[in-house]
Amino acid sequence: MATLAAEAETQQNTPDAVVVRFAGDSGDGMQLTGGQFTLSTALAGNDLATFPDFPAEIRAPQGTLFGVSAFQINFGSTAIETAGDAPDVLVAMNPAALKTNVGALKPGGLIIADSGEFNKRNLEKAKYENNPLEDGSLARWDLLAFDISALTMESVKRFGLGNKEALRCKNMWTLGLALWMFDRPREPIYDWLKGKFRKAPELAEANIAALDAGHAYGETAELSGPLKQYHVGPVKSDPGLYRTVTGADAISLGLVAGAQLANLPMFFGGYPITPASAILHNLVKMKEFGVTTFQAEDEIAAICSAIGASYAGQLGVTSSSGPGIALKGEAMGLAIMTELPLVIVNSQRGGPSTGLPTKTEQSDLYQAVYGRNGDAPMPVIAARSPADAFDVAIEACRIAVQYMTPVILLTDGYIANAAEPWQVPNPDDFTPFPVTFLTEKNAGDTLLPYKRDAKGARPWIKPGTPGLMHRIGGIEKQVDTGHLDYSPANHQAMTDARKAKIDGIANSILDQEVCLGNTGGKLAVVGWGSTYGPIHQAVRAARKKGVDVSHIHVRHIWPMPKNLGDLLRGFDKVLVPEMNTGQFKTVLRDQFLIDAKPLTKTSGQPFTIAELEAAIEAMAE
Amino acid sequence: MNEMTSITTTLKDWETDQEVRWCPGCGDYAILKAVQRTLPELGADPANTVFVSGIGCSSRFPYYVESYGFHTIHGRAPAFATGIKLANPELDIWLVTGDGDGMSIGGNHTMHMLRRNLNCQIMLFNNEIYGLTKGQYSPTSRLGTNSPTTPMGSVDRPMSPCAFALGAGARFVARGFDVSKELSGVLKAAHAHKGAAFVEIFQNCIVYNKDVFNEFAAPKGAEDRQLWLREGEPMLFAKGTQGIALDVEKLTLKVVDVVDGNWQAAGVIVHNVTNKAIAHMLVDMPFGAFPMALGVIYDDPRPSFEEVVLGQDAKAREGKVANLAKLLAQGQTWTVE
Ligand SMILES: Cc1ncc(C[n+]2csc(CCOP(=O)(O)OP(=O)(O)O)c2C)c(N)n1
Ligand code: SF4
Ligand SMILES: [Mg+2]
Repeated sequence: MATLAAEAETQQNTPDAVVVRFAGDSGDGMQLTGGQFTLSTALAGNDLATFPDFPAEIRAPQGTLFGVSAFQINFGSTAIETAGDAPDVLVAMNPAALKTNVGALKPGGLIIADSGEFNKRNLEKAKYENNPLEDGSLARWDLLAFDISALTMESVKRFGLGNKEALRCKNMWTLGLALWMFDRPREPIYDWLKGKFRKAPELAEANIAALDAGHAYGETAELSGPLKQYHVGPVKSDPGLYRTVTGADAISLGLVAGAQLANLPMFFGGYPITPASAILHNLVKMKEFGVTTFQAEDEIAAICSAIGASYAGQLGVTSSSGPGIALKGEAMGLAIMTELPLVIVNSQRGGPSTGLPTKTEQSDLYQAVYGRNGDAPMPVIAARSPADAFDVAIEACRIAVQYMTPVILLTDGYIANAAEPWQVPNPDDFTPFPVTFLTEKNAGDTLLPYKRDAKGARPWIKPGTPGLMHRIGGIEKQVDTGHLDYSPANHQAMTDARKAKIDGIANSILDQEVCLGNTGGKLAVVGWGSTYGPIHQAVRAARKKGVDVSHIHVRHIWPMPKNLGDLLRGFDKVLVPEMNTGQFKTVLRDQFLIDAKPLTKTSGQPFTIAELEAAIEAMAE
Repeated sequence: MNEMTSITTTLKDWETDQEVRWCPGCGDYAILKAVQRTLPELGADPANTVFVSGIGCSSRFPYYVESYGFHTIHGRAPAFATGIKLANPELDIWLVTGDGDGMSIGGNHTMHMLRRNLNCQIMLFNNEIYGLTKGQYSPTSRLGTNSPTTPMGSVDRPMSPCAFALGAGARFVARGFDVSKELSGVLKAAHAHKGAAFVEIFQNCIVYNKDVFNEFAAPKGAEDRQLWLREGEPMLFAKGTQGIALDVEKLTLKVVDVVDGNWQAAGVIVHNVTNKAIAHMLVDMPFGAFPMALGVIYDDPRPSFEEVVLGQDAKAREGKVANLAKLLAQGQTWTVE
């Protein structure tokens, strides 16, 4: 892949792909800058992937190293599957942002720094002894330093804003410059600013002025040297309507679509937690789809209310992150015992305990598959990218209502926050799975609330239905009747029935495909969840070099596709990269007795393509 | 309570075919009968009635009522009830809990259900002990209670469920006891109240905390220690020979003697169910010096949770059509030819 740094050498300004990282203080609005740059990049027809990386503190002390907020985007005229290993361009709004991010910058990459912020105080806070813009320590890179703060102040002077407010426009100035650099339209940003500041039109005007000033600065700068314009052409995509989505958006939309396909109103019970809250924030705005949302007093109440709603005939959904999922454990067991549908979304973050609230990890897989008391089998599926999260959410709803079971949907902080282009699906392309409730006794004169259908699922009976009064609960149920029954043979029979039902879900899912490479050979790299992008790119690169390696990415973690064991046995070696200490690897070994090897990373950062490529090459030797 | 079409049933219609598994002589039997007697009088429809409970001896209750029933997990019944009611506000929900279930592990949920004012009837069976787990002391056990976990007597001060309920913002608070003939009337009042109706029912656990309420709840001979509160009537007890008056200087309640039925002269207070200040004093009256306040202590309805939530939802939906294709294509889009 041609990169900007490489292109600079050949003096052509038309790279295939570019990685830009915006970094600044948490108060500098870098996430907004990144988000808007993403939008204009998407509108320009590039493929893209983003990686927002921000601190857990809402307003960390200004200028500090731990208060740095960054947003990375990789965009190009070819297929983009990761946010990029190393940036070609780093925009550093203060010394701390430079210090924490410059190490990742490609050799020969470009640094754009706001020299106005490189004052004594900020340098001290960033633990710089000398000003790096002046001491030659950045010689490995191209450096463009100018006083963005002063230029911004100048550009908004005529609006008579206070100092603080004027400086707030800095991020728009920077965005304007970035838009010029990559030849992106400003109109979508104008529209967005006008909408955002509808109630304060002068602020909209000031921000637009700053944006234009940044753009003009690039245009007219006599800046010789590193600053030039780059043209990244549009990617070839299937014809259709596109938008960008984050994983949190896609899950919310997928849940709404899933409920519609099931022909059910949806009840969402949640309790705020990073990075899961966005789903609740989204769903409160979708009430016309029969969505009821409930901010409960804690995660236990959130799941219990959702189970209550499912019991009453709606599609109950709850969502949280590791610590909250732990609290929900006991209630999941009840949903398993009472065989009620429920979707539980886990937006994983670094753990254990509070761990790394804003960083990504895949370390709740054991919790999802095994983490309950008793023999409590429950389907688990995982989204591999923001756009994929839509389909996976629909699949979770389908399994829940067709099999009368709670389902865990695993996503993670990376997917939740990252954005990518998404071809807007046509709802008519999805097969509906409408639910039928039991309305009459199902065994002659008697009601058997636990009589199973061919799939092993019991009927769904709404309270309020005349003549079908019955009692359910967490105590072991008698086969068919659902009466309390602790007898040994009955518990054996019911344990077996619950397991068989969940195992049988494998009959309703597609065979595991190989997403890149062959159905057998030397090495299979098996991933799940958000490692999809880097694995795919790394496998592609290794294959180009002639390595016999294939990429298999598993959506259905439990139960797994029926052909998966045989498929993996067709490879000499199996490598399982995961952002944990090797959890899926353990499940694969256990289920298939294969010698799957782990590749683990728990730094709170996604895998880089280079890391994976190195591991693949080492293993393929 | 719920606006509902009246259905004709008898006590028998509310009995299930399940064997009742409480200890013989347990106060729970009397409460079950009182409920099964009351439901026909309310014209309740078994198909539209849901009993929701947590875990404990008391929480086995739903298995014995021929209606819909959900025996959930320890302490969380209020959360299940909230989901059920929001999903189908037509259902008439009775929540059954115990002093451990509702005040210990589930105290948080009880508090939030009450402050939200979820429309349901809450029956808290207070036996001042953990029955199902074999007799450990509970948050309502009296100081010094000997139990398997407190061989030298419990040291933590008990809490008062009714005071808790008032503090949490409950709009209906009442009390009764298992074998009382008045219990049915209290339950009817709870059912008539729209919103969360909290009823503490003293219940005799004859195995682990036998007869601890006998001083006011013995089947016979304790009537004089009962203050039955009735709206608009003077707070009299002991066959009208004593009453409750306000000590205006200390701003507390006091017991006064009533001579020749002249309660006015003795300054006895007339019960006003909407007076929250007096309600607080009534639930806090130390038993011994005072009688036990029973009946409807407080009843001052406010809009119920599900009514307000679903009203907001309806407003949010006004004039909007559920167009999924449009929703998916929201925000800025571009077309690839
Ligand atoms: C999560 C959980 N913790 C503990 C228990 C054990 N347990 C069952 S009932 C109970 C106490 C019940 O006391 P109370 O609510 O007063 O009911 P009672 O039996 O007295 O009617 C306990 C601790 C449980 N079932 N679940
Ligand atoms: S232990 Fe006590 S509360 Fe439980 S059934 Fe026996 S008598 Fe009743
Ligand atoms: Mg008890």
